[in-house]
Amino acid sequence: MSSYIEPIALREAESANDAIPQRVYPTGMWVALGGILMFFAALVSAWVVRKGLSTSELEGRLELPRRLLAVNVCVLAASSGVLEVARRRLGAGDVKRFRRSWYTATALGIVFLAGQFLAWREIAAAGVYVTSNPDASFFYLFTGAHAIHLAGGIVALLLITWRPMRHLTMATATQVAAMYWHFLAAIWMGIFVLLMIASR
Amino acid sequence: MSARLFSTDHKVIGKQYCYLAMVAVTAGILLSLLMRYHLAWPKGHLPFIAGGIMTPEQYLALVTMHGTIMVFFVLTTAPQNGFGTYFLPLQIGAREMAFPVLNMLGFWLTFAAFIVLLSAFLVRGGAPISGWTAYPPLSGLGDITGPGEGAGQTLWIVSILIFCVGSILSSINFIATTIDMRAEGMDLMRLPLTVWAWFFTAVLILLSFSVLLASGVLLLLDRSFGTSFFIPAGLVVTGQLQTHSGGSPLLWQHLFWFFGHPEVYIAILPGMGVTSQVLATFSRKPIFGYRAMVVTLGMIGLLGFGVWGHHMFVSGMNPYSGFAFSVLTMSIAVPSAAKTFNWLGTLWGGKIQFTTPMLFTLGFVSIFVTGGLSGIFLAQPAVDNMLHATYFVVAHLHLVMGVAAIFGIFAAMYYWFPKMFGRMMSEGLGKAHFWLTFAGVYCIFVPMHFVGLAGGIRRYADDSGAAYLSALEPVHRFMTIAAFCTAAAQIIFFVNFFHSLKSGALAPTNPWNANTLEWTVASPPPADNFGETKVMVYRGAYEYSVPGADTDFILQNVPPADASHRNGNRTGGRSHE
Repeated sequence: MSSYIEPIALREAESANDAIPQRVYPTGMWVALGGILMFFAALVSAWVVRKGLSTSELEGRLELPRRLLAVNVCVLAASSGVLEVARRRLGAGDVKRFRRSWYTATALGIVFLAGQFLAWREIAAAGVYVTSNPDASFFYLFTGAHAIHLAGGIVALLLITWRPMRHLTMATATQVAAMYWHFLAAIWMGIFVLLMIASR
Repeated sequence: MSARLFSTDHKVIGKQYCYLAMVAVTAGILLSLLMRYHLAWPKGHLPFIAGGIMTPEQYLALVTMHGTIMVFFVLTTAPQNGFGTYFLPLQIGAREMAFPVLNMLGFWLTFAAFIVLLSAFLVRGGAPISGWTAYPPLSGLGDITGPGEGAGQTLWIVSILIFCVGSILSSINFIATTIDMRAEGMDLMRLPLTVWAWFFTAVLILLSFSVLLASGVLLLLDRSFGTSFFIPAGLVVTGQLQTHSGGSPLLWQHLFWFFGHPEVYIAILPGMGVTSQVLATFSRKPIFGYRAMVVTLGMIGLLGFGVWGHHMFVSGMNPYSGFAFSVLTMSIAVPSAAKTFNWLGTLWGGKIQFTTPMLFTLGFVSIFVTGGLSGIFLAQPAVDNMLHATYFVVAHLHLVMGVAAIFGIFAAMYYWFPKMFGRMMSEGLGKAHFWLTFAGVYCIFVPMHFVGLAGGIRRYADDSGAAYLSALEPVHRFMTIAAFCTAAAQIIFFVNFFHSLKSGALAPTNPWNANTLEWTVASPPPADNFGETKVMVYRGAYEYSVPGADTDFILQNVPPADASHRNGNRTGGRSHE
């Protein structure tokens, strides 16, 4: 545990001399989030158009495991909250407790993914697959695309605690990772609300 | 070797993008020559085509691959990622791009996308035939819809998806670099217009390629997993009822053109930036209306997101929607005309130097205006209904998007070659290249408008079957001869390029007496650009012919005190407060 603190301090001293200022990383993340938002906006608008077609009512509806999905949303929101607590602890210099909450947030992210997988299994067990009807296609697509993004986030969260980044200070790395993590939580909440409204 | 190949130096990566675009443009031109030959002599034998005579499917495969290669791997790759990656950090006084590894990754993804696309020629069935727009249901059902629609079409989609990811990574880099890596004193209103153009283009890439990425995923799912996003129910293809249910081909068109129209501006905005830069340099005058130039770049980009429906006037859309798209489309003429008048204003009363980059810049303005004018015709739904399927559209898009952007690329290459390679290009060969190309493209594309007005239908491989179309064959022959001559003129460019690389006169640091920061470092620049030197910027990018100054240019990093000492008591310049 103690070996962890030293490289952080060492790396921060080196980073100060880098030609690349730390502020580029949050800027780059904001820009990237804009791109990801457009990606999901395109999928959602395609869904809205597809649902509006005259035949879509005849193609069948999707019975969502609403309770399971609601639990999943809560888990993801909790993960986001715990990650923020972790950042505060890092800011206060409490590296040990930072690590504990950072790992908790990561674990909650993994629990969320497992929960989403259970939702897939539940729907598939009812005989509804990706081609069954447009709502099912879009549900698998939304959850799949979000899960891929979230899996990338989990790798990033683990990398940050595994070893210090080459060019990023610890403060920047955790800030950028948190931006991404909160964004993914927010975007899933938005899609979840849309799914709930649409499946009423 | 691998350190050079997988370099994270933005200058190496910029050159890699340029070389990739050169290979791509050569491929794209060769494909277009095959098409032009077939259009002029439909019964003519081609030596390396099975059976000797090109089939309609082979022709459509050429149409598809030519369009895809040119739009993505030339017009998106060279002006933005090629020159932008090389010169953005230099022009803002930075030692690197914000994310060097991402930069390298972006190039290699683009390269991989190109290889995947070309490999479509080699698979069973050959290259796809659904056009660079890949409209479903043709593109969504597999090889039942024709040769090339099996593995070829899948490779096409995969290539575009990879290209999207590479471009998005690169755009993130451009935006973050421009926002956060500017040297001290490089205020927004002191940025060269090239930087503004690359910045707005990067925003367009970010927002539109993300949508294309999502659309491509949907199309791939329709093809490979049997979903029904774009494939309608009850579709019968070659006697077989398809199992898809209730999708909408129009949904793809909306999504595709939401990307596709901004893509036009992705191709042309960097050319507009280069044009502003080069016109000011060789008119020895400040750019006319700098702020207006920045605002109009932004306006064109913004409006570009609201006009995609004009590609779909014939899709049976609600007339009120058509009207809205039409008005928005025509409103783009306002910022475009403002730019054109500002370019003319820059030339007015200038001490014009007709160097090769200047000639290509003037050619850009000429062709942009000519191509833009036919856009006003096509922006009217009633007129477009008649002209949509004709060569009028082909002529319009080639001039305004293709050739104008290519002239921007040539202007950039002739202008920056001395900086990139440390040697001058031959002016004589450059001018010969310009005049032949300039005359050549007008000879190809002006008659093409009239073929369109006469009802010449685009995408047809052979017009000889219908009397009114076969009457147009002499015009097709003229265009084909012009196309071969223009293509041959490009050999002059390649000879000039490779000869100058080895034997051109050594380039001084600032051969054009220009003001921007790339001209303050050696030609070619050292690996770390400005090294440990702290770059300070004191003035705008276009302070040419300042009254009272000794020289007719003042580099952006010359401090006011030095300038007044050296240049008398007036340094001028709005931007050094």
